[in-house]
Amino acid sequence: MLPDIGPTIPGVTASASATQAPSIAARAVSRRFGDRQALREVSFEALPGELVAIIGPNGAGKTTLLSILGGLQKPSGGEVSRPPREVGWVPQQTAIYAKLTVRENLKLFARLEKVDDPAGAVERALELTGLHGRADDVLSELSGGNRQRVNIAVGLLADPPVLLLDEPSSALDPRQRERLWAFITGLVEGGRTTVLWSTHDVGEAERHADRVLVLADGELLFTGSPAALHAEVGGVQRDFEAAFVRFLHKRGH
Amino acid sequence: MRHLLVKDLRILRRSPLLVGLLVVYPLIVALLIGFALTRGPEKPRVALANEVPETASTINLGGEEIDIGDYAQRLFAAVEPVEVDSREEAVELVESGDVLGALVIPQDATRRLQEVVNLGSVGGEPPQVEVIVNTQGPLQGSLVDSLIQTQLLQANAALSERATQAAAQYLDILLSGGSFSLLGQSIDILGLQRSVEVLEGVKQRLPEDDPQREAIQEVQTFAQLAVDNLDFSDEILSTINSPVQVETTRLEAGSATLDDFTIAVAVSVSLMFVCLLLAAGMLALEREENAFGRLVRGLVSRLGVVVEKLGLAALCGGTVGGIMLVGLAVFLDLDFARAPAWLAALALASLAFGALGVLVGALARDVRAASLLAFLLSLPLAFLALVPPGAVTGVLSTVIEVVSAVFPFAPTLEAVQAAIAGDALLAPLLHLAVLLVAFTALARIALARFGAT
Ligand SMILES: Nc1ncnc2c1ncn2[C@@H]1O[C@H](COP(=O)(O)OP(=O)(O)O)[C@@H](O)[C@H]1O
Ligand SMILES: [Mg+2]
Repeated sequence: MLPDIGPTIPGVTASASATQAPSIAARAVSRRFGDRQALREVSFEALPGELVAIIGPNGAGKTTLLSILGGLQKPSGGEVSRPPREVGWVPQQTAIYAKLTVRENLKLFARLEKVDDPAGAVERALELTGLHGRADDVLSELSGGNRQRVNIAVGLLADPPVLLLDEPSSALDPRQRERLWAFITGLVEGGRTTVLWSTHDVGEAERHADRVLVLADGELLFTGSPAALHAEVGGVQRDFEAAFVRFLHKRGH
Repeated sequence: MRHLLVKDLRILRRSPLLVGLLVVYPLIVALLIGFALTRGPEKPRVALANEVPETASTINLGGEEIDIGDYAQRLFAAVEPVEVDSREEAVELVESGDVLGALVIPQDATRRLQEVVNLGSVGGEPPQVEVIVNTQGPLQGSLVDSLIQTQLLQANAALSERATQAAAQYLDILLSGGSFSLLGQSIDILGLQRSVEVLEGVKQRLPEDDPQREAIQEVQTFAQLAVDNLDFSDEILSTINSPVQVETTRLEAGSATLDDFTIAVAVSVSLMFVCLLLAAGMLALEREENAFGRLVRGLVSRLGVVVEKLGLAALCGGTVGGIMLVGLAVFLDLDFARAPAWLAALALASLAFGALGVLVGALARDVRAASLLAFLLSLPLAFLALVPPGAVTGVLSTVIEVVSAVFPFAPTLEAVQAAIAGDALLAPLLHLAVLLVAFTALARIALARFGAT
C-alpha cells in the first residue's frame, strides 16, 4: 500500500503525493446552507488505488462533501478536480427503483450513463457484486444487504476511476460488512479505482483505510494514515474510539 | 429521457392498484359530477317581463275573456318566477346571473293573439315571446331554454284548444243557428241549415213559373253546399295550433349543448386527476427512491426529468381522455371528423396539468405528500371553475375568475368543449400553452431550490 503520509495541517494539500497525479482533489471546498457553514475550505487529494475514509460525527459534513465530489451539489466556494460523470456515486440510502428487477435497474442506469456496451456493463456489475443469482428479482423482494449491493453495482456501471460511498456499511450486519469490505478491497487492488467512503465508525476506518480525513463541523481536522491518526490522537490500540472522541473534544468539537 | 419514460411505464404496469385507482377514481368522479350537473337545480329562477299593459292583458275567445298573464304564469309552473317590469331589467338579471333565464312577453302580444284567434283576420302575425338565456353557462342556459320551450308548448296547446273550441262554436252557430254574443249584445243567428228550410218554405209558396224560384234555388244550393262542406273547418282550425311563437336570445354566443358540456366536464376531470397525480407522484417517486440525485448528477438534466414527466402525463392523460371521448362518441353521436381537434385539446390539456403536477411533485418530498397535495389542490379549483358566471358577484367573482385562469381546469374545459362542438380552439389552446410554460418554469425552479437529495 501507500507510504505513510503523516499528519497535515487542515486546509493544506498533502504534498507527499507529488510523484503521482491525484485521482481526485478538492481545493478549498466550502458549502453554506443559509447561516450554517456545512463545509469550511476543505482541501485534500486522493491517489489512484487509494482507499480514503472520511470520518466524523453526525452532521460533520461527510455527506455534503461526498455529494459535492459526486456533483450532486455545487460548492459555495472552491472546486473539485474531476467532473461528476467520471465519479461513481453510491448514496447512503439505496437509490434504485423498488418496482424494477436488479437487471432492469442496472440496465436503465447503464443506458442513462451512456456506457458503450450497456449489456456488458450490467453483466460486469452483476459479476462484481455477486448478484447474478438475483438478477431477475424485484428490488423490493431483496434483503437490505443485497439492495445495498445493487446500489453499489449501479455506482460501478460506468467503470469510474473514483467511487464514492456514503456510509455504505451503516445498514449492514457484521457478516454483510465483511463481504462488503472484501469486495471493496478487491476493487482497489488493481490500483485503478480510488474509493472514498464516509463512516462514523472509527474502527472501520482504522482497519480498511489507506488515508483518513477527519471532519468535524465542516472543518477538516486531520489528513493522514490511520497510524498517524493514532499517533495524533494518542489512544491505546483498544481504546481508540474513546481517544478519538477526546481528540475531537480538545479541538472544540 | 426515453429510458426514464419506459421505466415509469414499467413501474406503472407493476402497480395495478395505483393505475386502477388512477383510472377508476377520475371516472367515478367525472360521472358523479356529470350526473349532478345534468340534474340541474330543482326550481331555477327565471325572470318574467310582461310588457303587455294591464288594460290590454286579455283576449276574447268565443266571448270569454282570457287573461294572457295567466298563461304566462302557467309557463312558470316548473320554475321560480321573478317578475320584472321590462325586457331591459330581464336582460340585466340574466347577465348578472341572478336568474338563469328570462321570458319576455311583448306589448303587442295580446293584440296579435286576438288577431290569430279571430278567424276573420287571416294573415295576422302570431305574437312572439322571447326567451333570454345566458349561454356562458351552457348547462343552465340550455336547461332553461328547453324548460321554457316545453312549457310554451303546453300553453300553446291549451290556447289553441280554446281557440278551436271558440271557432267550433262560431261554426256551430253558423250551421245550426242560435244566440251569439258580440260586443256585449246578443244576436240571433239563423243558421245555414234553417235558412235552407226557410228558403224551401218560401219557394213552395211561390208560383211554379215565378222566375224568383230559380234564384232561391241557387241560394239554396249554395247553402246546402256550405252545410255539406263545413268539414273543412277541421283543416282551418288546425292552422292555429301554435298561436304563440318563441324567439330565443342567447346573450353569450356559443354552440355547446348540454351533452357537450357534460362530456367536457367528465373528460376534463379525468385528465386533471390522471395527469396531476401521475406527474406529481412519479416525480416524487424519483425523490422518494433517492434516484433523483443519481439522475441529475450528469445523467439527465433537471429540465429533462421535468420534460419526461410531462411526456408521461401527456401519454397517459391523452390515452385516458382519448378512450373516454371515443367511448362517449359511440354512445352520444359525436363527430369523429373532429378527432384531430380532440387530440390537440387533450394533448395540451394533459401537458398543462402535467406541468402543474410536476410542480406539485417538486414541492413534495414523497409520493403520499405529492398525491395529497394534488388532490387538495385539484378538487376545489375544479369546482371553482364550474361556478356559473354571475352566481357570485364582486371581489369573490374576480377571485374565482383569476383562480380559474391560473389553474388549467377552466381552459381545459373550454378546449375540450370547443373540440367536441367544433368551435374555435385557438384561444383555450394558447391559454393552456401559457400555463404549460409557466408551470414548467416554476417546477424547474422548485427542483433547483430543493437540490438533488
Ligand atoms: N440540504 C440541506 N439544507 C440545510 N442544511 C443542510 C442540508 N444538507 C446538510 N445540511 C447541514 O449540513 C451539515 C452537514 O450535514 P451532512 O453533510 O449530512 O453531515 P453528515 O453526513 O456528516 O452527518 C448538517 O448540520 C446538516 O444539518
Ligand atoms: Mg451523512
